[in-house]
Amino acid sequence: MRKEKTREPLIHIAKRDVLPTWQSWLIRIGSIAAALIFCAVIIVLLTGENPISIYATMIKGAIGTSRRVWSMLQNVAMLLCVSLAVTPAFKMKFWNIGAEGQVLIGGLATTACMILLGNSLPTYLLIPLIFVASMLAGAVWALIPAVFKAIWNTNETLFTLMMNYIAIQIVSYFAYVWSVPKGSGAIGVINGTTHNGWLPDIFGQKYLINILIVALLTVLVYIYLKYSKHGYEISVVGESENTAKYIGINVKKVIIRTMLVSGALCGVAGVLLVSGTDHTLTKDTAAGRGFTAIIVSWLAKFNPIYMVLTSLLIVFLQKGAVEIASVFELNDSFSDIITGIIIFFIIGSEFFINYKIKFNKKEENA
Amino acid sequence: MAVPAIELKGITKTFGHVVANENVDLVVNRGEILSILGENGSGKTTLMNMISGIYYPDEGHIFIDGKEVTISSPKDALDLKIGMIHQHFKLVDVFNATQNIVLGINEGKFDIKASTAKIKETCEKYGFEIDMNKKIYEMSVSEKQTVEIVKAIYKGADILILDEPTAVLTPQETQKLFNVLRKMREDGKSIIIITHKLHEVLEISDRVSVLRKGKYIGTINTADADEAILTEMMVGEKINLDIERSTPHDSVDRLVVKGVDLYNKEGVQVLHDISFTAKSGEILGIAGISGSGQRELLEAIAGLQKISGGEILYNNPKTEKVEDLKDKTPLQIRNLGVRLSFVPEDRLGMGLVGNMDIVDNMMLRSYRKGKGVFLERKKPKQLADKIIEDLQVVTPDTKTPVRRLSGGNVQKVLVGREIASSPTVLMAAYPVRGLDINSSYTIYNLLNEQKEKGVAVIFVGEDLDVLIDLCDRILVICGGRVTGIVNGREAKKEEIGLLMTKGYKAGGEADA
Repeated sequence: MRKEKTREPLIHIAKRDVLPTWQSWLIRIGSIAAALIFCAVIIVLLTGENPISIYATMIKGAIGTSRRVWSMLQNVAMLLCVSLAVTPAFKMKFWNIGAEGQVLIGGLATTACMILLGNSLPTYLLIPLIFVASMLAGAVWALIPAVFKAIWNTNETLFTLMMNYIAIQIVSYFAYVWSVPKGSGAIGVINGTTHNGWLPDIFGQKYLINILIVALLTVLVYIYLKYSKHGYEISVVGESENTAKYIGINVKKVIIRTMLVSGALCGVAGVLLVSGTDHTLTKDTAAGRGFTAIIVSWLAKFNPIYMVLTSLLIVFLQKGAVEIASVFELNDSFSDIITGIIIFFIIGSEFFINYKIKFNKKEENA
Repeated sequence: MAVPAIELKGITKTFGHVVANENVDLVVNRGEILSILGENGSGKTTLMNMISGIYYPDEGHIFIDGKEVTISSPKDALDLKIGMIHQHFKLVDVFNATQNIVLGINEGKFDIKASTAKIKETCEKYGFEIDMNKKIYEMSVSEKQTVEIVKAIYKGADILILDEPTAVLTPQETQKLFNVLRKMREDGKSIIIITHKLHEVLEISDRVSVLRKGKYIGTINTADADEAILTEMMVGEKINLDIERSTPHDSVDRLVVKGVDLYNKEGVQVLHDISFTAKSGEILGIAGISGSGQRELLEAIAGLQKISGGEILYNNPKTEKVEDLKDKTPLQIRNLGVRLSFVPEDRLGMGLVGNMDIVDNMMLRSYRKGKGVFLERKKPKQLADKIIEDLQVVTPDTKTPVRRLSGGNVQKVLVGREIASSPTVLMAAYPVRGLDINSSYTIYNLLNEQKEKGVAVIFVGEDLDVLIDLCDRILVICGGRVTGIVNGREAKKEEIGLLMTKGYKAGGEADA
């Protein structure tokens, strides 16, 4: 029945020692190149188009004109803002997938201020009030799951996810209440003639103020996480709750405090989207950024500076993909396929950075 | 009967530089119960894991019924009719007993009725009493264990290995288990039972094999053994380690623990009426089989676990006030001016943060210092440099994550940090576990230095030679109770060895 032979698996996966930075970046760049080649094959097989011209179109679509460059920067800023918001929580290993809802609630507070107070308060009072109200609203939306987690140890992933749906329905409700014309279910542009509560243009550029605010936030979040005592506590709680307790950190307090910060930053994103960009509110205002932000944050290893690059990459891919879909008369799904493949390769590259694959030689002594 | 059921020859297994088993021989016959006896870390479980296919030996041969075999997975072991009951049960909580037993068996067609009948038959044969429709999460520990045993037999095991099966059982449950085991022996099955409890060894087994520090010491017939003989085989001759030990001077009572009771999360009482005094300028050793409540005791003192009764009093040398540390958090204890340092057993999971560099780990205790919201990294950096130099920590630089350091260097970083805050009480749990000789001596010297400085040192150890050579007094605990306090200068290993198992002597815990 059994003979004296040892069976060994053909391949063997082992954890690597930490690679030097340049090698890990080489693997990442290599993975993007591999993704582009793989996509090219898919493109030829499915559409028969020349992949080079498709890629050229992608680049043109993303940064082809100055308007497109501004639009891309604006989108990067919005995605980055939400990513910055989720990062403190993720660093603490609190899986907050409710940024979508937190942004929406922040946007709702902004909208409420603009509609209800837009014509009664002067701008220099209204704008700060919008910020305060929206940050509070976002913070409260994040506080609820945090408190439940801290006290009853509920599952934050499910909880924050459910909070998204509640937020979406509340926004839909108010979109009906405030709809113009009444009963249409859409709010339309708020204060379209007076521009009350709109974030101002700088140097004639509509989006510049958003970009500047997010740039400032990036630096602030970086400093908060790396150099502040709070940031240090977040890291310790995220790495090991036992260590945190051992040195006397109040874990519950840190969870609640960090989620308040996270939610407040989502509130800022709500302001920038409603008051600084769309000047209206729909249930799609957050446009899935609450989820995409998780990828951005994770790819950047929770480092706000790297997040500038990762959010740029993702927005670039999205914009380019939309462009090829329209130019080559392929539908939206095709651009999603391309984006999906590229992100999949990038995430996959982390596996090769952390692990090495050994092929076992045949015949080893038993 | 001439051919043994299992024979091991020259089995060696190493983990890195730690030798878990060295050249072990073992014979188990059909229709026999063999006990494997040994202290913690003597390699009992590792050896059994090699028979059951969890580890693969580096060297040596395994024979089943006289034929040499290769066991490289639990499935191989099962094919050879070997079943192991682990200390931690491997059952699916939301399934009932029957479902757990048939899980993973591939008999072609899945016939729950036939299986149920077969399980019932097995239970009746050996006298198992269990409701097979009960879900695992509704079961007591003893019932879960029964399910594990039935599962192993159902899968056809002829050779059954039980890893400390009685550790979690009440005396009555233990007797039930023993009755079942005896019936299985009559049925011709081979049973290997790992245990620390001498009286159980004497009661149940036919022969006893003893391991010590990974080495095979010998096998004797239970009929020829008594507790003294077994203890001597288990702990061995006293080895002189040449650890310097100074005479304590000007000792005062620093930490007084009175009648401490503690229940764990599962509601099981793990500390019973613990009382002792730690004096300044001396090292108090704590000896005991691991899991006897050492960890809970230290964590209770450090404010990490809530005690249900008793008090923990600290005599503050500065203010001359007595502080009660009961119901205080670690931060509150610190804010009282209690300078308590703690080197926990779990170095990277509790004492340090593996992914942080040495500087950031230095800050764990001190980061709150200073006003303002920002961290001050200058002093921690200086401390890190000092510890690296003084304790000869081998590391590329202070920016290296501590998880990448070797075990000894990790421990130097941790002990160095805990000593740096000039404590008045220093608690260290298994501080030399897994360390090589040189690093171990570095740690002993550090503890001795602290003692000379007048610190009350509490040292939880597992090596009795070290405890006897290093400590001024040794507190022995067993099953969460203090079974004795002996003088380190006069104590004999056998004496401590007996105290470590004393609680079980007269038929287990009296008031379970």
